[in-house]
Order: sequence, then structure tokens, then C-alpha cells
Amino acid sequence: MESLSNKKKQLTVKPLNFWERAYLPAIVSGLAITMKHFFKKPVTIAYPDVKREFSENYRGLHSLKRDENGAERCTACGLCALSCPAEAITMQAAERQKGEENLYREEKYAAVYEINMLRCIFCGLCEEACPKEAIYLDGDIVPSDYLRKDFIYGKDKLVEAPLNQ
Amino acid sequence: MELTDIAIKFGLIIVIFLISLVVAMYSTYAERKIAAFFQDRMGPNRAGPGGMFQPLADGMKMFMKEEIIPTNATPFLFIVGPSLAILTACIGSAVIPWGQNFVIGDKIIPLQVTDINVGILYIFGVVSLGVYGVMIGGWASNNKYSLLGAIRAASQNISYEISMGLSIIALLLVTGTLSLGEIAQQQHGWHWNVIYQPVGFILFLVCAFAETNRTPFDLPECETELVGGYHTEYSSMKLGFYLFAEYINMFISSAVMATLYWGGYNYPGMDWVTAHVGPVIGPLIGTAVFFAKIFAFIFFFMWVRWTIPRFRYDQLMDLGWKILIPLAIANIVVTGIVITLLN
Amino acid sequence: MSTFYFIAFLSIFFSILVISAKNPVHSILYLILTFFTFTIHYILMNAQFLAIVNFIVYMGAILVLFLYTLMLINLNKESEPVKPFMVKIAAVFGGGILAVALVSSLKSLGVSDPVVLKNPELGLVKNLGKVLFNEFLLPFEVSSVLLLSAMVGAVLLATKDPKEPKVTI
Repeated sequence: MESLSNKKKQLTVKPLNFWERAYLPAIVSGLAITMKHFFKKPVTIAYPDVKREFSENYRGLHSLKRDENGAERCTACGLCALSCPAEAITMQAAERQKGEENLYREEKYAAVYEINMLRCIFCGLCEEACPKEAIYLDGDIVPSDYLRKDFIYGKDKLVEAPLNQ
Repeated sequence: MELTDIAIKFGLIIVIFLISLVVAMYSTYAERKIAAFFQDRMGPNRAGPGGMFQPLADGMKMFMKEEIIPTNATPFLFIVGPSLAILTACIGSAVIPWGQNFVIGDKIIPLQVTDINVGILYIFGVVSLGVYGVMIGGWASNNKYSLLGAIRAASQNISYEISMGLSIIALLLVTGTLSLGEIAQQQHGWHWNVIYQPVGFILFLVCAFAETNRTPFDLPECETELVGGYHTEYSSMKLGFYLFAEYINMFISSAVMATLYWGGYNYPGMDWVTAHVGPVIGPLIGTAVFFAKIFAFIFFFMWVRWTIPRFRYDQLMDLGWKILIPLAIANIVVTGIVITLLN
Repeated sequence: MSTFYFIAFLSIFFSILVISAKNPVHSILYLILTFFTFTIHYILMNAQFLAIVNFIVYMGAILVLFLYTLMLINLNKESEPVKPFMVKIAAVFGGGILAVALVSSLKSLGVSDPVVLKNPELGLVKNLGKVLFNEFLLPFEVSSVLLLSAMVGAVLLATKDPKEPKVTI
């Protein structure tokens, strides 16, 4: 049958010549190639010891920010949880008591703030949704762990260290 | 034989045994490290500085793992298999001359356990016996993959033993003796047999790869076709023995190749060196040179492993029967004619 | 001498196990051990070359092939053919005649005066080669022709008949 596109090419397999059949020259050239690689610098980065530089807009572990006085910025508005496509964020709001002004910036704050790192897809939508500039994905890679419950990060792990420390 | 002689022989045997075990142990580490370097990686580097204690950790793991003997296996033969593999691997080193004779006072201490006058044939016999470990283990597992691996090992070993023997016959025409000690002495200085027998050496090298079941001839344990080959059912230290036997075999065959073709403990200018450093340090340097040659061969084994893919089974048989054996016979004929003309 | 008796006992013991073992693979393994004791016998007689050749050729190659073939055979009990009664009787009769022949030939042989080798080093490679290629050259070459004819026969059996139509795949 004639081909429709006229692009059909008849390929032929050439019989091997003597040196190709002797196999040894091919082996020697192969050995030369591997030997070249033997002296190349390994491309591996020994990860926990040596860390690769992240790009500027890399999205890693979340952190809940504090303002210039060291008070938590988050007001538990729930916009981040709402925007989260993976539904990884949950929170419980609480009212600020007297004498806690240096701890929380607004009258309402997040008493419990949890992110399930196994659900999170690190899309950064929570970061964009936050009206108070309280959450940023500026951290490291999420470390590995043994239990699922240990991947639910609470405020103890998420909130930034206080300023004066 | 005096008591001191027996003590010296005993000590020599222990030392050689320990050295072959340690070399085999660190060959596993070297293999992983060298594989990594060939593939632009780093290799094991967690246990100890640069991963130096990795073999110890691996051995520990092997000992700690659960020992499984399959229900339908033949229990006694299942254990005999790996034992035989490691036994035949270890006894091969008895006839290898590790260095020149030490002369302390009026006492001559040979660095060779025994210099029997059929040394090469002894090595040959031990190698041919090695296949029983694989075959018995593979059969006793009562598993089709193991059985196929065992059968492959048997047919491969028998096929390549023939061309190995023929390549050695050409070497024997040159040396005129079967004793490894004498062969090593004859190659004094730089009169290495590889100069007179290059084709024989290449044949022997290829057959050594096949006999030790190393890539590209590792069809008995071909993962893509046979799961784990003859050691599919093995676990814990019994598996470890099989792997260990492979590395000891590699060490011994490297030593044999270095002795037969690459001058053993001889190196150019050895008379001058021995005259200058004395009769104790001189042989030690020779032994060090011998070990350097052995390690070079082990490196070559690994280099080839990480370069060349495995043969297909029919290609393996074609190479063995249709190429290597005619080539070896032609080599014998040419060597015989040349020797007759020269005399 | 005590070594000889011990090894001789082992040879006979293992050869009895060869014929009494139920599993054919086990009986091959006993046969390997029997051949190993033969190797030791040769060494005791200072026939080193013969010993090592026995080791390589019989233990290392021929018995591997035996084992190889047996492993490929289905060794289930059901597939074992039941031999007719007459065959068993014939086998016992034949074996008995063989035993009688052996015993009578051993009796006629003077065991009391052992054969002493003129040259105790005869078993070494050099002397053996000289004897084989000088005194016994003709039988040696004839036996090689015998092996060659066997090889040609094997090749003939293995090759396909060229007249047969080729099977196209």
C-alpha cells in the first residue's frame, strides 16, 4: 500500500563490520566514558549537611509573623483556611484579654492554629489571602517524621520566635 | 616437619584467610563507592568517616535479619549450598604465592601455603567445584526462579571452563610448569607472561568474569528475568555468604590473573631494590606490589560491571562456544608453532 | 595404611548411599562424595595429576551435567514408571552374575603380593606425559578419535535436518 503522507522511510539494518562484531573496541570506548565520569565532581548535594540555596519566591514551611512590637499579627479571620484548596488549615479564635496587648495585635486572635503538612500543597494561596500579612511560606522543607499526627503543626511550631530573644 | 614450621604455616593460613575476608568485606564497600563515582554520585558516607564502617553495618544487618528456611525447601541442602559456596571460595587461596621467600638467618619461609606441582589445576578444580554451591542452593530452594538460576550457573560455568582451560594450556606451553610458585619465579623482573600471551590473557580474563558470575555474565542472578536468581529464597547471613563468596572469588581470581599473567610479586628493578633494603623489606615490597596488582584487577572487575550491560543468554553461549573456544585453540596452535620455531 | 582403610570405607559407604538414596538428586550428591574419596585415593598413591583431573573432569564437569539433567526432570513420585516383575527378576539375576564374576576375578588375583611401582613418581605430570606420548601414543590417539566420533555424533543429533521445511515464525 502506498503511504498517504509520502513520509515513510524504509530503514535498513546494516550488518556489523568486523570491529563492531569483535566487541572489544566498543567495550574499551565504553570503559573510557565511564572512566571520564569517575573523575567528575559528584552532582549530589549531601542534603542535611549541605543545603542548596532556595530561590527568592520559594514556598516552604509556613510561619506566623509578629509585628514590630512582637505581637502576633494573626486575627483568626479564617480567610487563609477559606482560601486553602487542600483544606489544610484549621483555627479557633479567641478574644484578647486585658494585659495581653503585647501578645496579640488585634482584639481577636487565634487560640489554636493548625496546618496539616501532609495535606498542604504549598500553593501560597493562604499567603495571598491574608489581609494582615500574618502568614508567609518562607521556611525550610518540611522535615520527615514517623507519625501522621506529628505532621499537624500547631502554633508552637508555626509562630515566629519573639523579637527580644 | 618441625613444630615451628607447622606454626608458621598455620599463621600464614590464618593471615591469608583473614586478609581474603577483609578484602571481600571492603570490596562490597568499594563496589558501592566506585559505582557511585562512575555515576557522578557520592556513595555511602554515613557510617564513619567517608562511610568506612559501612561493611560492618551491612554485616551486622545480615546477622540480625530473620533466618527463613522455606517450608518446601530441603533444609539440609538449603544450608549446605551457601556453606559450600564460601568454602570453595576460601580454599582457592592455598596455592597462590603471595611473595618471595623470606630468609631469616638460615631459615627460609615461603609466602605460599603449599606449592603443589599441579597448582593451576588445583585452582581450576576449586573453581569448577564452586558451581555446586550455587546449584545445590538453587535446587534446594524449591523455587522455579532459583532452579533456573542454578541451571544457568551450571551451564555457564561448564561452557567457560573449557575456554579457560584451553587458554591456560597455551600459557603452560610458555612456562613449562604447572606450579604457581615456579610460574611466579619465572616472571622475574619484567618478563611477565602477558607479553608472551596477550590473547591468552584476554581469554582468561573473559572466562574469569564468567566464572565469578560478574557482570556482563551475571545471568544466574539476573534480576529482570529471575527475581533474585539462585538466591531468591535466601535471607540473612546465608544470603550474605553467597554475596561474600562472590567477592572472595573475585579476589582469588584477581590474584590468579596477577600471578599467571602479570608477574605476581615481580616488578621491574626488584633486584636493585632488594639489594638496597635487605632480605626482609624486599619481599614485603614485592607482596605490596602483588596486592596493588590484585586491587587493580578488582577495580577493573567493578569498572566493567558499571559499564557493560548483561549479555542475552544465547549471546553468552555463542560467545563461549563459537568465539572463545576456537580462539583459544588457535592461540594454542600459534603458541606451539612459535615455540617450536624458536627452539 | 589406616588412612587408606578409612577412605576406602568412606568410598564404599557413600557408594552404597548412592544406590539406596530415594531422591535421585541426593544420590548424585553422594556420587560426588564418592568421587571425592577417589580423588583422595589417587593422592595417597602419589598420582597427583590423575587426582586433580578426576577432581576437575568427574566432580567438576560430568557430575555437574548429571545434576543439571536431573534438576530438569520432574521428580514427582507419581511420574515414576512402575517396572514389571520380570524386569526386576532379570535385574537381580544380572547383578548376581556380575557379583560372581567380580568375586572370582578377585580370587584369581594374587592379593598377597602387592604391585610395586618401578618409579614411584610415575603419577606426576612430567612422567605421565612422557609415558603417554612415547609408549602409549597409539592408544592415546585412538581414544581421542573415539571422543571425536562421539562429539560428531552429538553435533549430528543436535543439528536440524536441512531437508525439513523451515518453520517460519
